Amino acid sequence: MRFLLIEDSPKLAKAVQERLQLDGHAVDHADTLEAASACIAVADYDLILLDIMLPDGDGRDFLEQHRQSEKRTPVIVITARSAVSDRVGLLDLGADDYITKPFDFSELEARCRAVLRRQGGVAASQKTIGAATLDSISGELRFDQTTITLRNRELRLLEVFFNAPGQVFSKSHLMDRLYSLSDEASENAIEVYVGRLRKRLEGSGLRIDTARGIGYRMIPE
Amino acid sequence: MKRHGSIRRRLFFQLAGVAALLSLAFFVVVRGVAESAAEATQDNILAASAIAIADSLRSENGDVFLELPYSAISMLGSVGEDRVFYRVSTIEKTLTGYADLPPPATALVAGDPVFATHDYRGDTVRSVYVLRPVGAAATSRDVIVTVAQTRDGLAATSQRITATATGVGVLFFLLATALSLWAASTALAPIERMTSAVTRRGPKDLRPVTAETPAELVPLVEALNSFMGRLRASLSQTENFIAEAAHRVRTPLATVRTQAEVTHRKLQKPEHRQAMREMIRAIDESSRSAGQMLDHAMVTFRADSLAQDDLDLRTLLSETCSRLEPTAELKDITILHNLPTMPVPFTGDGILLQAALLNILDNAIKYSPDDSIIQASIALDDTICLSITDQGRGFGDADLSKVTRRYNRGSNVGNIVGSGLGLTIADEVARAHGGRLAIAPNTEGVGVCVSLHLPR
Repeated sequence: MRFLLIEDSPKLAKAVQERLQLDGHAVDHADTLEAASACIAVADYDLILLDIMLPDGDGRDFLEQHRQSEKRTPVIVITARSAVSDRVGLLDLGADDYITKPFDFSELEARCRAVLRRQGGVAASQKTIGAATLDSISGELRFDQTTITLRNRELRLLEVFFNAPGQVFSKSHLMDRLYSLSDEASENAIEVYVGRLRKRLEGSGLRIDTARGIGYRMIPE
Repeated sequence: MKRHGSIRRRLFFQLAGVAALLSLAFFVVVRGVAESAAEATQDNILAASAIAIADSLRSENGDVFLELPYSAISMLGSVGEDRVFYRVSTIEKTLTGYADLPPPATALVAGDPVFATHDYRGDTVRSVYVLRPVGAAATSRDVIVTVAQTRDGLAATSQRITATATGVGVLFFLLATALSLWAASTALAPIERMTSAVTRRGPKDLRPVTAETPAELVPLVEALNSFMGRLRASLSQTENFIAEAAHRVRTPLATVRTQAEVTHRKLQKPEHRQAMREMIRAIDESSRSAGQMLDHAMVTFRADSLAQDDLDLRTLLSETCSRLEPTAELKDITILHNLPTMPVPFTGDGILLQAALLNILDNAIKYSPDDSIIQASIALDDTICLSITDQGRGFGDADLSKVTRRYNRGSNVGNIVGSGLGLTIADEVARAHGGRLAIAPNTEGVGVCVSLHLPR
C-alpha cells in the first residue's frame, strides 16, 4: 500500500517510514501541510496518516480542506492527546479513524484495513498465485468457484506467505506478524494457525510446507 | 465549622423580649396614669366638699356656727360605697364631727387644701384639710374643716384598671410575639432560599451561584463564587497540565516504540529480541498510564459540570464497539451486539459515557483469550443496563467491590499492560449520571459481565 505520512517530528517520521517499509508498504513523508498538499496533488495514496499538531497549522484544517476536495483518500489521525473530547471532534471533522501515540503497528495495520474495507477495497490489495487470489482488505481467499472468508490471524499469516511465495519464514518472524509485541505468546501458537491455514488451502493448489527446524514456506502443490 | 445558635431563634427571642419589656412598660404607665387620674378625681371631690363645708361657716359674736350642707356630704357618696368622715374644729376643740380624726401633720395656709392618706378606724382614708378664718378680721378664728373618705371605691377602680391594663398588655405581648415570629421567618426567607439553592446543586457543581441574593449576603455569595471559580480554574489547569504532559511524553515515546519495533525485526538472537519486547512493554505501560490519567482528569473535570446532551445509547454503544473492532479482530475476538430495536434515549454527557464504555470494552478485549466472543447488550428494566460480557479470565479472587478503586486491579492480571484506572473511570462516569457500575461473573461460563446501570 502507499501511505502519505504527515508528521513534523523527523525522528518519528523516519522510524514510522522504516517500520511500514519493513511490511512492504511505500511511504511518502510530508513535514508540513504545504508539503502534504503538494504530495497529494501529484500522487495517489491509499491512506493518509495525519499528525494533528503541525508547525504550519492544525491538522484539523487539513482534514476540513481534504473533505472538501474530490479526493476520497481515507485519513487516520495520529494524536498525542488522548483527551476524550479530542477524539470525538476528530471523527466529526471527517477523520476515518484515529490512533493515539505511541501506537502498536499491528493495531495501526488493523485500523488501516478496517478503514479501507469500509471504503470498498483497494485494487492493489489483491494478489494472485496460480489459481488462488487473496484479497487482504476483504479477507477473502478465492480459487475455482470457492470463496473463503479468513479470520484475521489466518489472513495476516497467509499475507506473509503470499508476499514471498517459496520463501521460508521462521516461527519467530511469523510470531511478530501475528501478535502485538506487548502480547506474551508461545511459538507453539504458530503451529495452531499454520494447521488451520493448511485446511483453508485445501484444493487451492497451494500448500504450506514445514522446513524442519527452520520454519514454514508456501509452495504450489 | 463551629455551629453557633440559630439566627431565627436569636431574632425571635430578641423581638419577643423587646415586646415583653414594652408590654410591661405599657402596663405600668397605663396603671399609673389611670390611678393618679382616679386619685385626683377623689381629691377634687374631697376638696370641693371641704370647701363647701367651710363656706357654710358663720361667726356670731366670736362663736362659730355651722349648718352642715348635706350636698357637701352627698357629693362624696357618688364616688361609691365609701364611708365619709368629717370634723370641723378650731385649734382648741372639735366643733362637730368625728373628734378622733387625726389633725393635719403640717401647718395649713388659708384657702389651700392639704391632702393626706392615713389609717383611720382600721381603714385607709384619704383626708383633706381646709383652713378657713371665720369672723371679722379682728376677731377671726381659724377653723379647720377635715373631710375623710375610705378608699374602697378607688381600690375597686384601681383593680378594674389593673385588670384591663394587664389584659391589654398580655394581648399586646402575644400579638407582638406572633409578629416577631413572622418577622424572623420573613427576614430569614432569602437566606433559606440561598441555602437551598446552594445545597440543591450538589457538591460537584462549580457553576457560580446566580440565585437572587439579598444585599447583606452579596459579599458571602461573591466569596463563594470566586472560590468556586478558582477551584474550577485550578481543575482545568490540572487538566491542561496533564494533557500537555501527555503530549510531551507521547511523541518521543512513539519514536522510541517505533524504533524498537524496527530494531526488533532486525535482531536475530532470542535474548536480544526478548529485551526489545520488554522495552516495548514498558513503553506501552507508561503511555497507557499517561492516557488513563488524562482521561481520569477529564472525567473528574467534566463530572463537575455535567453536559446534558440528548443521546441514543444504542448508537453510542454500537459506535464504541465499532471503534474497538479492529483491536478485537487482532485477537480474532468477535463482538456480538444484542441491542434493542428502538433507540434508547438518554440525557447525559456523551463524551464521558463513551469514555466509560471504551474502558470497559478495552478491558474485556485485553483480558479475553483469542477466538472468544464479547457480547455488548442493552437491557431495559428499572434502569438502562449497558453490559459488556466477556469470556476472559475474570478478576480472580479479587474483591469485586474494590476493583473500581483507583489503581486496584484484579488478582490475576498476569503481565497484561494496565493502569488500574479503567474501571475507576467507568465507575465515576456512572455515578456522575446517577447510576452505578456493576461487576458480576458471566452467568454462562467463564468471564465477567460489567454493566453500566443508568437511571431511566
